[in-house]
Amino acid sequence: MKKSVFLGALAVTGMIAGTAGAATLDDVKARGSLKCGSNSGLTGFAAPNANGVWEGFDVALCRAVAAAVLGDPQAAEFVPTTPKTRFTALASGEVDMLVRNTTWTLSRDVDLKFTFTGVNYYDGQGFMVPKALGVSSAKELDGATVCIQTGTTTELNLADFFRTNNMSYEPVPIETNAEAQQQYLAGACDVYTTDASGLAATRASFETPGDHTILPEIISKEPLGPLVRHGDDEWADVVRWTLNALVAAEEFGITSTNIEELAKGTDNPEINRILGTEGTMGEMLGLDADWAKNAIMAGGNYGEIFEKNIGESTPIGLARGLNAQWKDGGLQYSPPFR
Amino acid sequence: MATTTDPKGGSFRLSMLLYDSRYRSATIQIVALIGFLILIGWLVSNTVQNLAELGKSVGFGFLGERAGYDINQRLLDYDSNDSHLRASLIGLLNTLLIAVLGCIAATVVGVIVGVLRLSQNWLVARIMTVYVEMFRNVPVLLWIVLSMAIMIETLPPPSAFRGEDPAASMIVSDSVALTNRGVYVPEPLFGRMDEEGAYTSWRHSLGDVHLFGDSPVRFDVSLDLVAILAILIAGLLVSGLVKHRADRIQNATGVRPRTWYWRWGVVVIPLLLLLWVLGFYLGKPELRGFNFQGGTHLRNSFIALWLALSLYTAAFIAEIVRGGILAISHGQTEAAAALGLRSRRIMSLVVLPQALRVIIPPLISQYLNLTKNSSLAIAVGYMDLTGTLMGITLNQTGRELETVLLTMLIYLLISLAISGAMNVYNNSVKLKER
Repeated sequence: MKKSVFLGALAVTGMIAGTAGAATLDDVKARGSLKCGSNSGLTGFAAPNANGVWEGFDVALCRAVAAAVLGDPQAAEFVPTTPKTRFTALASGEVDMLVRNTTWTLSRDVDLKFTFTGVNYYDGQGFMVPKALGVSSAKELDGATVCIQTGTTTELNLADFFRTNNMSYEPVPIETNAEAQQQYLAGACDVYTTDASGLAATRASFETPGDHTILPEIISKEPLGPLVRHGDDEWADVVRWTLNALVAAEEFGITSTNIEELAKGTDNPEINRILGTEGTMGEMLGLDADWAKNAIMAGGNYGEIFEKNIGESTPIGLARGLNAQWKDGGLQYSPPFR
Repeated sequence: MATTTDPKGGSFRLSMLLYDSRYRSATIQIVALIGFLILIGWLVSNTVQNLAELGKSVGFGFLGERAGYDINQRLLDYDSNDSHLRASLIGLLNTLLIAVLGCIAATVVGVIVGVLRLSQNWLVARIMTVYVEMFRNVPVLLWIVLSMAIMIETLPPPSAFRGEDPAASMIVSDSVALTNRGVYVPEPLFGRMDEEGAYTSWRHSLGDVHLFGDSPVRFDVSLDLVAILAILIAGLLVSGLVKHRADRIQNATGVRPRTWYWRWGVVVIPLLLLLWVLGFYLGKPELRGFNFQGGTHLRNSFIALWLALSLYTAAFIAEIVRGGILAISHGQTEAAAALGLRSRRIMSLVVLPQALRVIIPPLISQYLNLTKNSSLAIAVGYMDLTGTLMGITLNQTGRELETVLLTMLIYLLISLAISGAMNVYNNSVKLKER
């Protein structure tokens, strides 16, 4: 008995001692694969397809980072996380980065000791109701039963929204998006609330999406972005500038189809710097010279990734809106590659 | 003749710690203890050091911060402006509620099933066997999820009760609504109010007493409930006195006076009188807006969790009860029968008192199991301690170590309290050795 306690304690300490050190970039290179914390299944953002290959808007960013660091977009491994487990997974070193519809907030950035490396989707919390309910505004939801994913910022926004509007509601906390769908479709809750993009993605997977409507009110700012552990600035830079490269590529018209052509050299020095034919950007980041080229080739530039996974041509049908390039009146804006 | 005793006297040498059988076991124990303590110390210092490297300090100040989230099932008043401590308390009460109700239901079902499994009736005994084997051999989480899915998918949503020709209707003279959001039953209310909120007659509620002001552990005690309990206990005491007197007369004269109307009357009549004075009535649930309003809402998560935990644990308790009864030799029953006791009295006076000695100790573990299994509540969204303190509070504050340690401590205390109470009971029924 005493012996087994001893061995158990040894095993536990072994596990604790085994957590990651600070230099994530070196770890990833040594391992030859990138571990990416992702959603456990949200169509359009991160979900395995029929062949079991992960795809989606968030997945594409992970693949771009894997391509930038390792030269191979398929070197990204996906670790499904729930809203509750995602931060522990990142903090403990189980994953190298987290791209999981995670809202950038002060307390997560400062108190939970993470570093957000940009915003890949500007979102806001919305409400979805069945059309049969005859509700046209969130202000009419007094007394409603609301399904909500537990462990998210939406929980706090919801409480504040109903409180400031002096309405009552019955929260039904749910662990995953799939369970929420089940309860919502069975009528066990009147309303499903999460980020508007998530609502659109969820609605797209219904048998009759037309029977459900997303209410016009957006009750919060939800800038969703990738995050890494605090204190490893080299790694944070890699993830940040990979996202910036995708956004800048759209701005400068670099697409997955013309990238080979442009990589031979152009008249535009900024394009040349991004694609590594000029300057030493890759070296500064600790990566190969063609890091950004690999990242863009993985799934296309930001606009291509958006259109392919969640854009208006897909069942999810999200408009660019706030996520358009800054030139087109959106918020997507990459600092200069200089 | 060879002697095997250890040599007496002689000076103490250090090697004797290892080679002398008088000291060896103590040496081994002390070395093991030191090693164990070093290991624990290293674990703690390693954790503290790792947390310090992450820039995280250990502290419980977060419990006083604003929680900011809502909880659907609250036994005490709570809103999103209350602190995390208050939210944890609400979760703890939900845990205790499910644990207490679960233990009661599991015991009742378990004892019935355990006795029926020994039934002479082939069909009844086999059905009980199937029940026990089914519940015992499938993980309880699956039963919880299954019962939740059944509640959600088979019962109608509140909207089905609406309209001219509703698809569903309330039962028990329109007072109970079975919906997939839970069961709405009438609630006891005291004194009707008019529109201004004033009581319409002199017969009304006594009100509440607020304890602990505005602190996180504040709670309201309903004076109505206190009065009802006081009258009930007083009535039961008087009823006991009546029984005592009847026993005395029976012992003296051999004839037992007819007392049942006294024994019931002293309990029921004062209680009814009190309820009348308090203006007791039942508030029926009504469909208003999105949901049923009024009445008591037993949420589907609560019912699913309660049913699944009780039925699962009852399967184990049934086996314990069956084992306990089988442990009493058949000779006891025959001897009691030879004395002329009827079969019911044989069970209650001879078999059960002895069987309880076998039943109680394993029963304690089943109660502990049920209480700990209740932490699976989050699977159906029941906001127990795991859902509040170790769920949302952990997520909003990021204090993994503190919340997990605190939750472990609370579960430990609950479990110790249960085993303490059950041990007291066990001591009262166990064989008295003199």
